[in-house]
Amino acid sequence: MTSLLPAFVVVPALVATLVAMIPRIGAVAAGATALAGVVAAVALTLRVSADGPVDVALGGWAEPVGIALRADGLSAAFVLFTAVVVLVVTVFASGSSAARGTPFFWALSLALWSGLNAVYVAADLFNTYVALELVTVAAVGCVALGGRSAAAPALRYLLVAVAGSLWFLLAVGLLYARTGTLSLRLALDVLRDPTDDGALVATVLILATVGLALKSALVPLHAWLPPAHAGAPAAVSPLMSAVVIKASIFVLYRLWTSLPADAATTSLAVLVGAVGSVAVLWGSLAALRQARLKRVVAYSTVAQVGYFVLLLPLVVPALRPEADDAARAVAELAVQGTVAMVAAHALAKSAMFMAAGCLLHARGTDEIAALRGAVVTNPGAVLAFGVAGVALAGLPPALAFSGKWQLLTAVLESGQWWWLIALLGGGLLTAAYTVRVLAVFVAERETGTENTPVPVRMTAATLVTAVAAGIAGVASAGWLATTTVGVF
Amino acid sequence: MTRPEWFVALGLLVFALGSVRLLFVRDTVTRLVALNIAGAGVFLVLIALAARTDPPDPVLHALVLTGIVIAVSVTGLGLVLIRRSDDGADESRDGDAP
Repeated sequence: MTSLLPAFVVVPALVATLVAMIPRIGAVAAGATALAGVVAAVALTLRVSADGPVDVALGGWAEPVGIALRADGLSAAFVLFTAVVVLVVTVFASGSSAARGTPFFWALSLALWSGLNAVYVAADLFNTYVALELVTVAAVGCVALGGRSAAAPALRYLLVAVAGSLWFLLAVGLLYARTGTLSLRLALDVLRDPTDDGALVATVLILATVGLALKSALVPLHAWLPPAHAGAPAAVSPLMSAVVIKASIFVLYRLWTSLPADAATTSLAVLVGAVGSVAVLWGSLAALRQARLKRVVAYSTVAQVGYFVLLLPLVVPALRPEADDAARAVAELAVQGTVAMVAAHALAKSAMFMAAGCLLHARGTDEIAALRGAVVTNPGAVLAFGVAGVALAGLPPALAFSGKWQLLTAVLESGQWWWLIALLGGGLLTAAYTVRVLAVFVAERETGTENTPVPVRMTAATLVTAVAAGIAGVASAGWLATTTVGVF
Repeated sequence: MTRPEWFVALGLLVFALGSVRLLFVRDTVTRLVALNIAGAGVFLVLIALAARTDPPDPVLHALVLTGIVIAVSVTGLGLVLIRRSDDGADESRDGDAP
C-alpha cells in the first residue's frame, strides 16, 4: 500500500505520455486507468480510515532532503472524488469526438489528473507549488482544446492562474525563510514557539489566500472563470468546474488547518468568510441572468466557491493555543461538512456540465431560449440536470444535504450565526436558477428545430453522476468521519 | 537596512509593478511580459532571503531555479495561445488570412 501512493501521480502521467504518442488507444487506455484509479482511491480511503495517515518517503530519502508524500483523510477524500469524476467524464468523452475537441483530450486530461493527485498527496509546500503549476498548464491546455475561440479565455486563465501561483510562491518563500523547512508539519513545530508574534503567519496566510483565491475564482477575482469554463469543449468543462477548482481549495484548507492561529488570523478568516458569503449571493444572482446554459453552470461554480471558504472562520478558533474541546469538535464538524459539500459539488457540477454538453450536442447551441422542449427530445439529460440542480441545492438525501447539515450544526455551535444567510440563501438561489432553466426545457418545442441524437453513453454517464450526487448523502456520516483523520 | 533587506524591498516593488501592469493592460503580449516581470520580482525576493546567511541558502536557490523553469514553459504556452487567438481574430475579419 505504501508503494501505491506514488502510483496516483506516476501512472496517469505515464499513460498520458503513452496516449499522446498513440492517440488511437486514448479512450481505452484512459478508461482502464480511470477505473483502476477509482479502485485504488477506495483502497486508499479504507486504509486511511483504518490505520491513519499514509506517509511515503520517495527513494528512501527522508524529509527535509527527499520528496515526501502524505495522504491523510482530507487527501483521501479529494483523491476519491477526483477519480470518480475522471471516470464518468472519460465515459462521457468517449461518446463524441466533438465533446473532446481534439484527440489530445486524453493526454491532457490524464496529465491534469496526475497533477491533481500530486497536489493532494504532496507533503511539502514546494511540491505543492510545482503540482499546482502542472494542474494549471494541463487545465489551460484542456480549455484551449475548444479551438480558436477558446484561445483567448485560455490565455486569460493562464495569466491569472500563474499570477496566483506567484503570490503562493512568495508565501512559501517567506515561510521557509522563517522556519527553515518546506514541510508544513515541521514548520508548525517552529511556529508553535510562544515568543513568536504571529506576524509572519498572518503575512503568509494573506499572500497564499490571495493567490489561491485568484486560482479558485473567489469573488471578486472570478471574472476569468465563466469564459474559460463555458468556452471549453463539452467534456472539459465538467473537469474544470468539478475538480480543477478543488486543487487550490485543497491547498487553502491544508495551509489554514496546519498553521497556528491568533487574533489577526481569526479576523482574516472572518473577512474571507464574508467575501465567501458575498460570492455565494453574487454568483447565484449572476447565474440567474445568463442567456447560455453553460454560463449558468459556470456562474453557479463561482457561487459554490463562496461556500467552500466558509470553512475558514469555523476552523480557525480550534487552532488557537487556548482552544478547548468544544472548538475542536466544531472544527471537525465543519471540515466534514465542507468536504461533503466539495465532493457533492464535484458530482453535481460535472453532471450539470455533462447535461449541458448533451443538449449542446443535440441542438448545436446552448442558448437557453433555443432549448425549448428539450424534455421531450432529451429526457435523460434534462432529468440529470434537474436532479443535479436539486442535489446541489442540498435537498435530502443528497450529499450536499449532509454537508450543509454538518456545516449548519458547526455554525450554530460556534455561535457565528451570520454565516447562515449565505448557507441557506445560496441553496434557495441554486433551486431558483435550476428551475428557471428547467421551465424552458419543459416549454413546448418550436417547430423546425434540429435535433441530433445524443450517444447513449453520454446521457447514461450524465444521469448516473446526477443520481449519485442525489443519493450519496445516505449513510454518509460514517465515511465523512474519515475526512478529518490526521488533519489536525 | 542591510543589503538583503534592500533587495527584498526592491523585489516586492518589481512584483507589485508587474502585477499592476498585468491587471490594467489589455494587450496580451504586454500582459505576458508583465507576468514575467512580476515573477522576476518574486525570484529576487527569494534570492535576497537566501543571501541573509553565509554561505547562501541553497534550498531557496533551488526554488528559484524550478520557478524559472516553470516561468519559461508557461511563457511558451502563453505565446502559442496569443498567436492562436490573433490568428482567429484575423480569420473573422477576412477569410483568406493564414
